[in-house]
Amino acid sequence: MSFTLDERLSAPLMDPAAEAGYAEHPPRMGFFTDTSVCIGCKACEVACKEWNAIPEGGLDLTGMSYDNSVGLGASTWRHVAFVEQATPNRDAVDLGMPSVPQGALQDDRELRWLMASDVCKHCTHAACLDVCPTGSLFRTEFGTVVVQEDICNGCGYCVPACPYGVIDLRPGDGRAWKCTLCYDRLGAGLEPACAKACPTDSIQYGPLDELRDRAAERVDALHEAGAEQARLYGHDPADGVGGDGAFFLLLDEPEVYGLPPDPVVTTRDLPAMWRRAAVAAAGTVAAVAAAFLGCRR
Amino acid sequence: MAECHPVGFQWVMEAKARGATIIHVDPRFTRTSALADIHVPLRAGTDIAFLGGLINHVLSRDLWFREYVMAYTNAPMIVREDFRDTEDLDGLFSGFAEQTRHYDPSTWQYEGADVAAAAGQRDQWALMHRDEEAGERSAAGRRTEKASSMETAGAAGGRFHGHPERDETLQHPRCVFQVLRRHFARYTPQLVADVCGITEREFERVADALTANSGRERTTAFAYGVGWTHHTVGVQYIRTAAILQLLLGNIGRPGGGILALRGHASIQGSTDIPTLFNILPGYLPMPHAHEHLDLDGYVSADAGSKGYWGNMDAYAVSLLKAWWGDVATADNEYCFGYLPRLTSSHSNYDTVVKQVEGSCEGYFLVGENPAVGTSNSRMNRFGLANLTWLVVRDFNMIESATFWKDGPEIDSGELTTEDIATEVFFLPAAAHVEKDGSFTNTQRMLQWHHKAVEPRGDQRSELWFYYHLGRIIREKLAGAVSRETPTPEQAERDRPILDLTWDYPTIGEFAEPDAEAVLAEISGWDGEGRPLSSYTQLRTDGSTRCGCWIYCGSYAEGVNQTARRKPGREQSWVAPEWGWAWPLNRRILYNRASADPDGAPWSERKAYLWWDAEQRKWVGHDVPDFQATKPPDYRPPTDAEREDAIGGSEPFIMQADGRGWLYVPTGLADGPMPAHYEPAESPVANLLYGQQANPARRVFPHRLNRYAPSGETPGSEVYPHVFTTYRLTEHHTAGGMSRWLPYLSELQPEFFCEVSPALAAERGLEHGGWATLVSPRAAIEARVLVTERMRPVTVGGHTIHQIGLPYHWGDNGLSTGDSANELLPIVLDPNVHIQPTKADTCDIRPGRRPRGRARLALVQEYQRRAGITAETGTEAVTRRGGPS
Amino acid sequence: MSPREQPAVPPAEARRAPDFRSYYGRPILKRPTWKNPDVPVYLFAGGLAGASAVLAELAAATGRPGLARTARLGAAGGALAGAGLLVHDLGRPARFLNMLRMLKITSPLSVGSWILAPFSGLTTAAAAAELTGVAPALGRVAGVGAAALGGPMTTYTAVLLSDTAVPAWHDAYRELPVVFAASAVSAAGGLGLLGAGAGENAPAARLGAGGAAVELAASAVLERRLGEIGAKYSTGRAGRWMAAARALSAAGMVGALTGRGQRRVAAVSGLALLAGSLALRFGVFHAGMASAADPRDTIVPQRRRLDAARPAGTEPGPQPSPTRGVTTT
Ligand SMILES: Nc1nc2c(c(=O)[nH]1)N[C@H]1C(S)=C(S)[C@@H](COP(=O)(O)OP(=O)(O)OC[C@H]3O[C@@H](n4cnc5c(=O)[nH]c(N)nc54)[C@H](O)[C@@H]3O)O[C@H]1N2
Ligand SMILES: Nc1nc2c(c(=O)[nH]1)N[C@H]1C(S)=C(S)[C@@H](COP(=O)(O)OP(=O)(O)OC[C@H]3O[C@@H](n4cnc5c(=O)[nH]c(N)nc54)[C@H](O)[C@@H]3O)O[C@H]1N2
Ligand code: SF4
Ligand code: SF4
Ligand code: SF4
Ligand code: SF4
Ligand code: SF4
Ligand SMILES: [Mo]
Repeated sequence: MSFTLDERLSAPLMDPAAEAGYAEHPPRMGFFTDTSVCIGCKACEVACKEWNAIPEGGLDLTGMSYDNSVGLGASTWRHVAFVEQATPNRDAVDLGMPSVPQGALQDDRELRWLMASDVCKHCTHAACLDVCPTGSLFRTEFGTVVVQEDICNGCGYCVPACPYGVIDLRPGDGRAWKCTLCYDRLGAGLEPACAKACPTDSIQYGPLDELRDRAAERVDALHEAGAEQARLYGHDPADGVGGDGAFFLLLDEPEVYGLPPDPVVTTRDLPAMWRRAAVAAAGTVAAVAAAFLGCRR
Repeated sequence: MAECHPVGFQWVMEAKARGATIIHVDPRFTRTSALADIHVPLRAGTDIAFLGGLINHVLSRDLWFREYVMAYTNAPMIVREDFRDTEDLDGLFSGFAEQTRHYDPSTWQYEGADVAAAAGQRDQWALMHRDEEAGERSAAGRRTEKASSMETAGAAGGRFHGHPERDETLQHPRCVFQVLRRHFARYTPQLVADVCGITEREFERVADALTANSGRERTTAFAYGVGWTHHTVGVQYIRTAAILQLLLGNIGRPGGGILALRGHASIQGSTDIPTLFNILPGYLPMPHAHEHLDLDGYVSADAGSKGYWGNMDAYAVSLLKAWWGDVATADNEYCFGYLPRLTSSHSNYDTVVKQVEGSCEGYFLVGENPAVGTSNSRMNRFGLANLTWLVVRDFNMIESATFWKDGPEIDSGELTTEDIATEVFFLPAAAHVEKDGSFTNTQRMLQWHHKAVEPRGDQRSELWFYYHLGRIIREKLAGAVSRETPTPEQAERDRPILDLTWDYPTIGEFAEPDAEAVLAEISGWDGEGRPLSSYTQLRTDGSTRCGCWIYCGSYAEGVNQTARRKPGREQSWVAPEWGWAWPLNRRILYNRASADPDGAPWSERKAYLWWDAEQRKWVGHDVPDFQATKPPDYRPPTDAEREDAIGGSEPFIMQADGRGWLYVPTGLADGPMPAHYEPAESPVANLLYGQQANPARRVFPHRLNRYAPSGETPGSEVYPHVFTTYRLTEHHTAGGMSRWLPYLSELQPEFFCEVSPALAAERGLEHGGWATLVSPRAAIEARVLVTERMRPVTVGGHTIHQIGLPYHWGDNGLSTGDSANELLPIVLDPNVHIQPTKADTCDIRPGRRPRGRARLALVQEYQRRAGITAETGTEAVTRRGGPS
Repeated sequence: MSPREQPAVPPAEARRAPDFRSYYGRPILKRPTWKNPDVPVYLFAGGLAGASAVLAELAAATGRPGLARTARLGAAGGALAGAGLLVHDLGRPARFLNMLRMLKITSPLSVGSWILAPFSGLTTAAAAAELTGVAPALGRVAGVGAAALGGPMTTYTAVLLSDTAVPAWHDAYRELPVVFAASAVSAAGGLGLLGAGAGENAPAARLGAGGAAVELAASAVLERRLGEIGAKYSTGRAGRWMAAARALSAAGMVGALTGRGQRRVAAVSGLALLAGSLALRFGVFHAGMASAADPRDTIVPQRRRLDAARPAGTEPGPQPSPTRGVTTT
């Protein structure tokens, strides 16, 4: 293989499926989630649970606005975040045209209710996959990252490895679960269940290249309309995870939605880690040897 | 709309993407507000003031669409001299009788027209006269009958004979236009701001956006839901919008209109082919026991009438033929005598009262959960507990099926299971995916759904249940089952049932009736059994059969037109081959109005239907809602009848004058024009008139249904906050279809109330903690969500707090909680008997509610403090400074 | 008291003003599912076993049978305990063999399993030979093999922890192998002190003391270099474990250097070294758990990195304030 380990683990990578050994494969598929048109209906959450027969995740009123499923997890593969905000009204005389993409005016305050549907990012450099000792997590021909539940032994390594806090073990079941990007549906030529259910096309599914172009246009249009807060997240192949297979248009900083601002795949540093470990291991041996040196009985 | 019609909301988002300005008028900041450009957080129950302000804005600044208004509305008609407006009578229109709480609409009429009321209004008048004679009858009795008659109005506009006087210059002081102008003159921006609790700037932003986007080149659409209808003045809310849209020329044109966002998947269908007591299929009025002794009497008032309702006889006869087939002949008036008759109001709430009083024996609850979903759910349960038998057909063991063993009244000790004599039959229902059938959506579009899976176990469709129930009853009556031979009297009594055409083919193992056969019957056949394609083919001579005239043609050519699913990209943008819309697959009603009086489109941009002088017919993108070859310059001869009485430039063909009504001379129970009244229960005095609430609202004084004092009446401060109830995207109505589903329950696991930080501070409510809410009917508890999305409003200098309550919860299922409907009163809009779920008053305090008997004691303590008596809140006419 | 006098809900703005934004103060990362005490004990046992395996062979080679015996048993015991704990920690213990489905260089757990599996086999063989006296030559060979894997045994677990997104673990990847190696050596020395007689225990004492010294030094460096995130090692549960580790290791170190000649002092020192090593593993484990649970650890450094990379003059404008009742901190 012409790659060095470092490159494989973190350098920009245009074709993860090929790198994973698929000689011929369909284009890389992914999601562009445009949160500026999300209405928080949670159809995506429910559709995902229905299609994948995921168990209920608990009946708790959290007080976190209308979010009672709290975050992604073993039993929540799509999660809709709700953020209530108020800003001072930026221009008090504007008539509302052209439209502000999200938020409505109330007197002197602009109230915003941001809603965003989160999902596994299907990272180009997926730490979960990298660290999985069993090969249960694998890269599909569509460039997505999927857990094979019949292989996973619940070692839990993928859980802290994911820089987005996506994958988790399901209590009582012991295996790791996350979005499969509806691998079974993709194989049958269908759109993933969540995207299919989304009424406003907030979740757009398609070849990643096309989605990235479309997203760039959308951001430009929003900026032109005066929504300078609009930004893309996870679209850049040069970012810390080599770009996400599922990326987002956000209207505020990522951390406001519970997303890490600048995640880096942990394995980027793995070669250095191994080197250090090797040196330290040698140190162990050397230390023991040294302990005997000049040591009389 | 994003909350309750998320799938439909995609088109709002698409419009937004194309540059539309989205305005959301709602007391609460909701998921819809989040995506809107402008949110107007007005006080609940004040939309007439808000819309009235917009009307005043349009009129006083001359922003109305002159050519449209002159030609297509009744602006030039001159109103009778003895009409008195709310301006003259401090909030009442002329004709109000305080004793009967009822309007005599005769002074509302046009000058010079010999006016007959619309179909239903004939009853109203007849009864009114009878009431005068029958002085000894109790007021309550009169009230009930009175209201029942209003129900028979149906959708028919008023009819008149003769020719109303007009002033085409619109200068006559009594022409509708001037009457309207004077009526709305006091709805100034400042007054709107005061009443609604918004700023003048907020109002002006909307006014400017709306008027800038109306006219020849642009249209504005209004979409409304139950935030507008669930008021004691619900019908007048829509009327106000209609006036505004007519003034702006936004009716009958693409991108315009007033769109009702309806409820259950086929709630439109359930009024077209009604589950309502007061209309027959196609909005034909239900005959009244005393007034409609024969078929002629039923339709005669319309015989010389104008517009398409002039053909009501053909629609009625075809309906009777569909039901009684060959037995229905001219000689027996097509079995008109078989139709049941109205004797009084049989509205839902009248029935509840009858149950409580013990005069209603049995009850079918089919797809309904009144123990949770209906106003004053407590009174509803007392009603259910007082029946002999109750049939519940549902998916789940809803609260209305288990009230007798675990309802709140069992907990409080007011009822005991042993003493409840109601025999409850629970029959599992098949869901829509388990049966064939159609939905009619808010666009009047019928869409067929095919069965996806067989119903499990004993689950059966409604069609199955009623068909076989009818079959078995018929067999029993026919003596096939019972051994007795009926007496001649019984035989006579049973004829209407035995003569029914009850012959649907059945299919499959469960003998499921063929739903398509039912649709075919609804669509209709001619004498030779050939499917009809248009209601214009319906005849009065009994040669046609049609189960619902407006659905005629839905099975044209023997093909299920409602099952068409050609994708939008394969057809024109109007997509006529997707489903089938009544009438005649028209997608926009009154679309003649999309062209100017000469038949040319108002603008190229908004071209929809136009007169093609060469072909001598109306052409365009849609099926014309007009006689296709009637030229724009057609002027009806003075003796013309039915549709021929409509001129070539009069688009509103269902109205007798072919015009859109800015002013309603007949047909409404509470005034010819909308006026702002406070909700039946309101902490605020009406800033507009001395008249506090809708004088014609229907009240139901009862021990279980006490009302709160309003406005300046002493005691109103005991219930100082406004509360409004609504839906969450995550749940469905009374919860039968969502609280049992884990995937939905986990998304909204518990009943909660939404309060502003200011109210939370004032009342010591803690985010995430508990609150108790008290009304004169009940005390309930809810978890607290403190959010800036709820905003207090300032009204007449006072801060009014608004509390939000989703109403989906009850005690059964996975996600549980108290029902908001425990708090609500039964008091109704006089036109359509709707309950005001959107604006009522209550108190809120921290902590959980008392249990057992103490719960009732708390309610009673509040009642005492507020000085509530049987009369409180029932007064019809009020003057400034309290009830008169 | 009139309603108006009732206490008000404190506005979110008045609460401790956060210097970073988050989603309701919730962590970004998932809490590691690794069990306590399984995993910290596993880290300790593996380290002890690895260093002991090396110690055993050198002891044997230098004619210290008592020390060799102790170390051999320690290596085998530690390896078996480690393997057992690892299996027990799995969500699906029955599928533990899936660990050996493949060898994956990017997965420290895979690499570790491939080290642990032969290592535990070899140490067990060596220990069995030691105990039974059967096939001593084979035992010897096994012991040498185990010793060869002993070094990696002491440090792969450091990579295991570092190769996660948990800031307190990941950012420590430079020092953690040294800390773990030293801790392992110190524990092996401690065990030697405990098990071998005074005549043989000199290397063990030196090892224990030296290991402890390096452990103390390296973990101090680690904490300092990690700055804010390093605080996870000095506060809370982790802080208490680390303090205990420091005290125990220091005491063990002094005892080993000064009192190895006295049987009792040697044993106590040995125990202290073992306990110090064990405490350190708990400390490191809990530091990671706390770090994963703290959104600040994830967000603040990343935000700082982004802001530093932002071209001048493009600072964000005034930021929306979270509304009351629902906070976004
Ligand atoms: N998810 C979901 N969808 C549903 C349903 C459901 O239960 N759940 N139910 C279906 C049914 S049966 C129906 S009828 C429809 C109803 O659909 P909607 O009419 O949208 O229903 P609501 O949520 O009851 O009320 C709408 C809004 O009216 C606001 N409101 C309250 N008072 C006033 C007022 O005085 N003026 C104004 N302008 N607004 C006011 C409320 O704050 C609320 O946001 O939804 C249908 N769709
Ligand atoms: N406070 C307050 N109260 C309200 C409202 C409000 O806004 N505020 N809104 C009002 C409105 S608009 C409505 S429509 C009502 C709704 O209130 P209801 O009609 O009382 O309640 P639903 O829960 O819609 O009842 C539908 C039931 O039908 C069952 N069902 C579904 N499909 C079928 C079927 O095919 N066959 C049979 N037999 N059963 C079926 C479901 O399981 C469910 O239990 O609530 C009204 N009440
Ligand atoms: S987001 Fe996390 S779980 Fe998803 S592919 Fe990336 S590392 Fe794996
Ligand atoms: S828990 Fe399962 S998927 Fe995750 S790393 Fe371990 S074996 Fe792989
Ligand atoms: S792609 Fe499939 S598995 Fe992933 S979130 Fe959507 S529905 Fe769920
Ligand atoms: S389905 Fe679409 S609009 Fe609805 S919550 Fe999910 S992403 Fe948002
Ligand atoms: S539930 Fe049905 S009717 Fe309601 S929005 Fe969804 S698709 Fe439309
Ligand atoms: Mo409804």
